[in-house]
Amino acid sequence: MSSVATPAPIPPRGRRTKLQRRQTRLGWLLLLPALAVVAFVAIYPLGKTVYQSFTNQEFLAGLTPTKWVGLHNYHALFHDTIFRDAIVLTLKFTAITVGFEFVLGLIIALVVNSSFKGRGLMRAVMLVPWAIPTVVAAKMWQWMLDDTYGVVNDLGTRIHFTLFGWHFHLLSHSHAWIADPSTQLASVSAVDIWKTTPFVALLLLAGLQVIPNDLYEAASVDGASKLQQFWRITLPLLRPAILVTLIFRTLDALRVFDVFSVFFGNRLGAQSMAVYDQGAIVQDGHVGYGAAVSVAIFLIISLFVVMYVTFVRVSEQ
Amino acid sequence: MPPRVPNRAAIKAKYHGQKITFVGDSVGNGHVRDLALAKRFTKDTGIKVTVVPHPAASDQSYAQLARAFSSKSSSIDVAMIDVVWPGAFAPYLVNLKPKLAKQAKLHLASIVANDTIGGKLVAMPWFGDYGILYYRTDLLKKYGYTAPPKTWTQLFQMAKKIQDGEKKSNSNFAGFVFQGNAYEGLTCDALEWIASAGGGHYIDGGKVTIDNAKARTILDAFRTQIGKITPQGVTTYQEDQTEHAFDNGDAAFARNWPYQYGIGAGAGSKVAGKFGVTVLPHGAAGGSVGTVGGWQLAVSKFSKHKNAAIEFVRYMTSPGVEKFDAISNSNVPTIVSVAKNKAVVKTNPYLKPAIASVPRVTRPAKFLGTHYNEASKVIYQGVNQILTGTPASRVLPQIKSRLQQILNSK
Repeated sequence: MSSVATPAPIPPRGRRTKLQRRQTRLGWLLLLPALAVVAFVAIYPLGKTVYQSFTNQEFLAGLTPTKWVGLHNYHALFHDTIFRDAIVLTLKFTAITVGFEFVLGLIIALVVNSSFKGRGLMRAVMLVPWAIPTVVAAKMWQWMLDDTYGVVNDLGTRIHFTLFGWHFHLLSHSHAWIADPSTQLASVSAVDIWKTTPFVALLLLAGLQVIPNDLYEAASVDGASKLQQFWRITLPLLRPAILVTLIFRTLDALRVFDVFSVFFGNRLGAQSMAVYDQGAIVQDGHVGYGAAVSVAIFLIISLFVVMYVTFVRVSEQ
Repeated sequence: MPPRVPNRAAIKAKYHGQKITFVGDSVGNGHVRDLALAKRFTKDTGIKVTVVPHPAASDQSYAQLARAFSSKSSSIDVAMIDVVWPGAFAPYLVNLKPKLAKQAKLHLASIVANDTIGGKLVAMPWFGDYGILYYRTDLLKKYGYTAPPKTWTQLFQMAKKIQDGEKKSNSNFAGFVFQGNAYEGLTCDALEWIASAGGGHYIDGGKVTIDNAKARTILDAFRTQIGKITPQGVTTYQEDQTEHAFDNGDAAFARNWPYQYGIGAGAGSKVAGKFGVTVLPHGAAGGSVGTVGGWQLAVSKFSKHKNAAIEFVRYMTSPGVEKFDAISNSNVPTIVSVAKNKAVVKTNPYLKPAIASVPRVTRPAKFLGTHYNEASKVIYQGVNQILTGTPASRVLPQIKSRLQQILNSK
């Protein structure tokens, strides 16, 4: 950098490395506090969890002495069909919610990015579901979806219309959305989609706002239709924002806990990975085994991170 | 009005100004009662009591306490603990024998024995519990029944007939409500179904007995009734949802603990004066039973004010408070003389000998010790799976093998 204006005399080799070394040392020194924090809040707990996963540690300590059990927990985990079900359910939940949230969020972002009267108000209002704490939202939806007293069934069975001479009710009878295993995934996904779509819309809106307007003007002059503009300008330029959004949402959805916990408690076949892990550690008291579950969840989520990061690299080239 | 603290002057002189935290009740009016009693205690003794309601599902509340104890937290001084927990928590609880042995003699010997682990009195009985059947006297009469059902089959039939009739004017009406959610309460309810059909008590004599023909039959019988005579969502109901449905006039029968009696008979209930209580029905080859429940008060070893905490427990488990609690909240007294008190029996008809003398069945805590919670989870998850549609013949062998694993790992 310093050689840009006037070529400086080349210093002797030894001095230069000394200076470089000093700068490197200073650099490390400045990084140290941050590294210490990361080590304390991330590496230490992670390391401890990995260590615990090789032990038989129990929650109520002092009752059974903690011993090193090697791969025993992982062996048991491999044969744990309940955890396998939890993985499958969580993956399904992730695919459904991230898919819906992305499509709906993109539509909403495009709408509130166009100029219309009351746009500022609209942008604020759309964030309301996102602002409600998840547990509160889940409790609220639990009541709304209740088969006896819920508003969803009440409206659904009341609203009816006639089409081509046929009489339709939105719902023929009250349905226990949360209790019925065949609709449990749909109901829990609906809450997450309702709550998180605004967040996705917000991230995508930020991406939309950095696309320069003159690109669209130029495209219009060249005679490109709105649809062509969307496919050729909006979508390609939105790609970085889309990737960030998908990464965020996927990782979030994979470690979902609160909605599942409120809706289903400990119901078998309705546990997310995190709910199963919490049950293993806190309720069953198997800290060692639960740590192995945690490590497995960590690896599964890492897999997605690696996939996304690779995808970003490949698409950038 | 809560009774005054008997030995208040002496307590005030010694412990005035100390602060303790009590993790108490949250079901029904429990929290309101705790606040009233704590206020009285503070007024009389100068010991400040902070009342924190515990999670309504008792297995969640177990987890909360386990977390506090395993981290040696002094944030809890007094906690209410379930009848199945003394074994698991004993190492973390203060031996109350030196100070409360005399008061313990007033309580039912069987519960005191349950709360005594290795010779140490780790908790004091507070109130007892057993499952009972609530039924609508007015509706039974309306549909031509002279007595509540004796067997489950009768209950199903009566519930169906009453529901068919009542649904015409009240679309929310259901024949029967109980605790069907996947949580500790379902372990209690299903124990009553199975034991009353002669199918054992999950684990008998240290052996897993749950996978038997009688248990299969009664569990499948309940499975086929879900959504027919119950709300479809009964598989998510806990105590509070059960009580709300019945006291809102939306159910003909309900299985619940005695605490519901006081709420149902009180102001704000739509069924006051229109319901009765009796023993639970039984299966084809058995007799009526009630699952033993109930709560104890214990003092944490990590408490910084153990003596003040023990005085609070002494007050809360005294005859005066138990009588107050029985009359104002219809909780079952654990003190024999209070349970026989005329005024108490009058407001709590389930204490009448015909109901109170029903055989009590206990959850298999003594075979499981610290593994009880895990085993109970296996049971209630399995039963909930049956109720939501999987035949018992497919679920019970799985419950059996998992329970066996837990027993073996001890």
